[in-house]
Amino acid sequence: MALHLPSPRNTSPSMTLRPFFWRKLQNGLVQTFSIIALALAIGAMLWILGTIFSRGGEVLSWDFLTNSSKPYGVPGNGIANALLGTLMITVTAAVIAIPIALAAGIGLSEFAKQSRFANLMRFCINVMMGIPSILIGLFVYMLWVVPQKSFSGFAGALALAILMIPVITRTTEDMLRMVSDHLREAALALGCSRWEMIVQVVCKSARNGLVSGILLAVARVAGETAPLLFTALFADTWPRDFFTHPTANIPVLITETTTNSPFEAMHQVGWGAALVITLIVLIINIVAKTCFREQKR
Amino acid sequence: MNTVNNMTNPKIKVRNLSFYYENGHQALFNNDLDIREHAITAVIGPSGCGKSTHLRTYNRIYSLHRGQRAEGEIWLDGINILAPETDLLLLRRRVGMIFQRPTPFPMSVFENVAYPLRLHFKMNKREVADRVEQALRDASLWEEVKDTLHKSGQALSGGQQQRLCIARAIVTEPEVLLLDEPTSAIDPVATLKIEDLLLRLKERFTIVIVTHNMQQAARISDVTAFFYKGHIVETGETKQVFTTPKQKQTEEYITGRFG
Ligand SMILES: Nc1ncnc2c1ncn2[C@@H]1O[C@H](COP(=O)(O)OP(=O)(O)OP(=O)(O)O)[C@@H](O)[C@H]1O
Ligand SMILES: [Mg+2]
Repeated sequence: MALHLPSPRNTSPSMTLRPFFWRKLQNGLVQTFSIIALALAIGAMLWILGTIFSRGGEVLSWDFLTNSSKPYGVPGNGIANALLGTLMITVTAAVIAIPIALAAGIGLSEFAKQSRFANLMRFCINVMMGIPSILIGLFVYMLWVVPQKSFSGFAGALALAILMIPVITRTTEDMLRMVSDHLREAALALGCSRWEMIVQVVCKSARNGLVSGILLAVARVAGETAPLLFTALFADTWPRDFFTHPTANIPVLITETTTNSPFEAMHQVGWGAALVITLIVLIINIVAKTCFREQKR
Repeated sequence: MNTVNNMTNPKIKVRNLSFYYENGHQALFNNDLDIREHAITAVIGPSGCGKSTHLRTYNRIYSLHRGQRAEGEIWLDGINILAPETDLLLLRRRVGMIFQRPTPFPMSVFENVAYPLRLHFKMNKREVADRVEQALRDASLWEEVKDTLHKSGQALSGGQQQRLCIARAIVTEPEVLLLDEPTSAIDPVATLKIEDLLLRLKERFTIVIVTHNMQQAARISDVTAFFYKGHIVETGETKQVFTTPKQKQTEEYITGRFG
């Protein structure tokens, strides 16, 4: 069988070249525009970070990190109870959300694939990701806080879990779909069951990507305020009664000390707390990105 | 019918096999083929003629993709591979497969080979280690990796990865080995190594290999099947197919390739 490659001379003589000048100008304009846009975005971010670091840096101290929060006027104010509360709420949310979301992501990528049902699920997940977080807070308020007759850290964790589930489901599906079918076939060809193939080969192969998706979701909800306002609320006490009482947390502490307080001393606490939560989120993000980079290699 | 079909006691008997992809495209038309035991059968033919499709029915690996379906019968020592009640895990322990692109798992060299052993057998550590070593020796890879068994299998060279996949496929002692262009992504020296390896392994396994490389088919195979547009046009002893092909299409394909 002979190969028939079209010869370059087959281009028709009626074809005229577009002038280079316009194409180059277009190219230049688009490039300039995107560089300006990039500079604006980075500039805004640096400005925010700069303000938080300089204002928050002034109040940051060991006492600030280890003292419990106090009403205005009481000396020795700190954020330790809120830090602990945020940790408890976020970890509980992650413990609830991760198994559900991983299972959903695996189901979509490995079983449902392109079925009608899968596409409907994907649509719902996208809708869920778009719901304003304050509505999730109200939802948990009505279905958990009202029947339980009390605000609680656990209610806050439920709200954050609902926020995390669609995010982790999406990244899980994406990461698993990045694993090539060759690997799946190779595993099945050795006599793996479907489930062994998924857990021992596909998930293992996508491990870093999965971890990175989870971390990004955690980072995203760790600073969420609106869903906690109706659920965990706030308290100047240590978070002792996680399931039955309002529980201190950083985001609500920030609103309490800044917008809800006229006093400069309280504003200072707010800036300090803002710096701490920013650092936490930043670190989680960096770890997540490192994981993802390893994954791609 | 030619002499190769209706051979006595073939390891695999393909009868009236047709194959359809999800989109309704029929890729195979009424294939009949006998695969001789302890021999190498080469499957040749132009690109897109259905060689891979044909091979992928022998271990039903196509069933990963919903909507693909095969019709007809494929007999492996008296069991019909295509029967719905056939146990796929057992089938795939008996029929191993090696793909075009090497597919090491994200585990160490050792774990890659130990993995299928642990899937199918209860064994103590000593036994696993012995069998892994033997499989790596059989795949002519042991000398190159014996000091770095804990390193990632994905860090090996392409040719080494492919031999790792062969070791992984033979460690559970399957009866049949399917290879789909196993050397097309690999340099010539590594290719010769794998060809030697296959010639040695045919004492123990029944081998079916898809190849685009006519010299390779001529060098290593005992029987050749020529595919064209989803039909098996000609099968016969490799020598006969290459020197005195009975069909015009076979002759054109072979001579076209040789120039
Ligand atoms: N997933 C698929 N969906 C639909 N049609 C397919 C699919 N895969 C292959 N085909 C078609 O089936 C036919 C046979 O393909 P197959 O991959 O078996 O050919 P091949 O002989 O292995 O080719 P090559 O030598 O290029 O590997 C081709 O016409 C191809 O277009
Ligand atoms: Mg092919």
